[in-house]
Amino acid sequence: MAARPRRRPRVAVWKFASCDGCQLSLLDCEDELLAVAGAVDIAYFPEASSRMGRGPFDLSLVEGSVTTPHDVERIQRVRRLSRYLVTIGACATAGGIQALRNFRDVKEFIGVVYARADYIGTLARSSAISEHVPVDFELRGCPINKRQLLEVVSAFLAGRRPTVPAHSVCVECKLAGTVCVMVAQGTPCLGPVTHAGCGALCPRYRRGCYGCYGPMETPNTAALAAGWQRLGARRPELLRVFRSFNAGAEPFVLESRRHEEG
Amino acid sequence: MLTEDGLEALVGALLRRGYRVIGPTVREGAIVLDEISSAAELPVGWTAEQEAGSYRLRRRADRARFGWAVGPHSAKRLLFPPSERLLSVRRSRGGLVVHGGVAQMPPQALLGARPCDLAAIAVQDRVLLGGAWADPAYQARRERLFVVAVNCGEAGGTCFCVSMGTGPAATAGFDLVLTELIDPDRGQPSYLIRAGTPAGQEVLAELAGRAATPAEVEAAAEVVARTAQSMGRRLDTAGLHQVLTGQPEHPRWQEVATRCLTCANCTLVCPTCFCHTVEDTSDLSGEHAERWRRWDSCFTLDFSYVHGGSVRPSVRARYRQWLTHKLATWIDQFGTSGCVGCGRCITWCPVGIDITEEVRALRGPGGSA
Repeated sequence: MAARPRRRPRVAVWKFASCDGCQLSLLDCEDELLAVAGAVDIAYFPEASSRMGRGPFDLSLVEGSVTTPHDVERIQRVRRLSRYLVTIGACATAGGIQALRNFRDVKEFIGVVYARADYIGTLARSSAISEHVPVDFELRGCPINKRQLLEVVSAFLAGRRPTVPAHSVCVECKLAGTVCVMVAQGTPCLGPVTHAGCGALCPRYRRGCYGCYGPMETPNTAALAAGWQRLGARRPELLRVFRSFNAGAEPFVLESRRHEEG
Repeated sequence: MLTEDGLEALVGALLRRGYRVIGPTVREGAIVLDEISSAAELPVGWTAEQEAGSYRLRRRADRARFGWAVGPHSAKRLLFPPSERLLSVRRSRGGLVVHGGVAQMPPQALLGARPCDLAAIAVQDRVLLGGAWADPAYQARRERLFVVAVNCGEAGGTCFCVSMGTGPAATAGFDLVLTELIDPDRGQPSYLIRAGTPAGQEVLAELAGRAATPAEVEAAAEVVARTAQSMGRRLDTAGLHQVLTGQPEHPRWQEVATRCLTCANCTLVCPTCFCHTVEDTSDLSGEHAERWRRWDSCFTLDFSYVHGGSVRPSVRARYRQWLTHKLATWIDQFGTSGCVGCGRCITWCPVGIDITEEVRALRGPGGSA
């Protein structure tokens, strides 16, 4: 039985509009980094290496959102060069924190901030990669969880579906035996509408969930917002909590609009 | 009868026998189940106020150890853990080498199991041991479990064991059972203790107790009678099977779907819900793979995913499935209700959906015959 494929799969890591935190998760793998380097040929990863390997690639990990006309063209090229394209992090999967621009007039910002508006080539909206090209898998999180990243890479290498459940953060609390902060403390928590993946990090430290992983598979944001209001949250707070790292995710867009003034 | 010190002797006797003692203790603002090494870790002088979607620890005026109703954890964690490895596979020259079997672990003693918890263990026994295929991992833990039950001296705000016929007094399924009697003047507890099995008798014989007086036996009966009178909730089970299975289009199903978060909390705190998923993982090298079982819930989409999609995409369908199975079709399947009236699903629902209230509404108008 062949223990190893003859050729190591070629992997590329691409950056669009983002803070680089998600690609750093790959370097954060520390203990597993040698195993990663042994299993794949990291052919293109400017954050880590000056080697600029050319495509095609077996697997592209794409970080960041599309915010410029140049991005729109570049993502098409990345798609063409990649057998599998996996987006990593809230920017790539939902537009990121920079999707806050989607609710405002970007031209107005440019006029206020820059001396020469005509030097700035930017789009009115920050959008997820999947709005532009077909994506094979979306790994959520701000930032992503390195265990989940290793799982996704391992799954694509093995040709299987990644074990990355889309249920609520509540399931992670219950598996860990963490006591519900909303029920036992009256602390508003986004866990019931948020996609699992972080291991319920904030509730483990007795904080409410901030929704870093974006909406879970069937988020009932209106029912949770009503629950927050019973705990004393007001509309401006509800507007803010649904407008953070995953502000551009459709269920959070709709919920935040319900709490706009006017 | 045991004194307060007698509880320490009981914990000591269990530890000496090699049990991992799991008991109630205060952590993260709740009375949870955790490993304890001394009776001092029990929730001395604590109680909890419970309502739909709300749980708050409160101080008691006395030194009761068991002056509270059930917390968020149940015996399910001990017998059917949230996740466990079923097997691991390693690639070798000769092919695949599979390691399976039940992991060895010390026997567990559960101190402070409530009558509804005992009923829930009996339900899970039917599900996981009762059919043609007994679950070996559950069986290994179950057979070695030592149970110290406690009759309830305090009904929680969401308790309805009287409606389900499971409490507040323990009748079977324990090695030892305690009733906590509080001296009204000094606030000091003492414990009426009784063995239910030879193993319990053996432990009891080691403890320095004295025989209970007839007055103490009567006082213990009064404790549970008073608890039975103060149930926080009621659930009418008469004709319930027909109410639930006969009205799939009742408008209440849609109404509750507007409030339900599909977060799965109710099913995960439920002491009888046994649904789980099996996940396969492989490592980067492709040399090593593992199969894990973990708790799942009928509220997740993956749970009912078959080729082409989820069988229950709507919230309405998922809530209806859970409630109908729990209270009605569970009886067809296993000969008993899946609900023991512990109230955990009511308390630990972040938005306070109340199973007893939903049943009441489903008995109301709006259903089609």
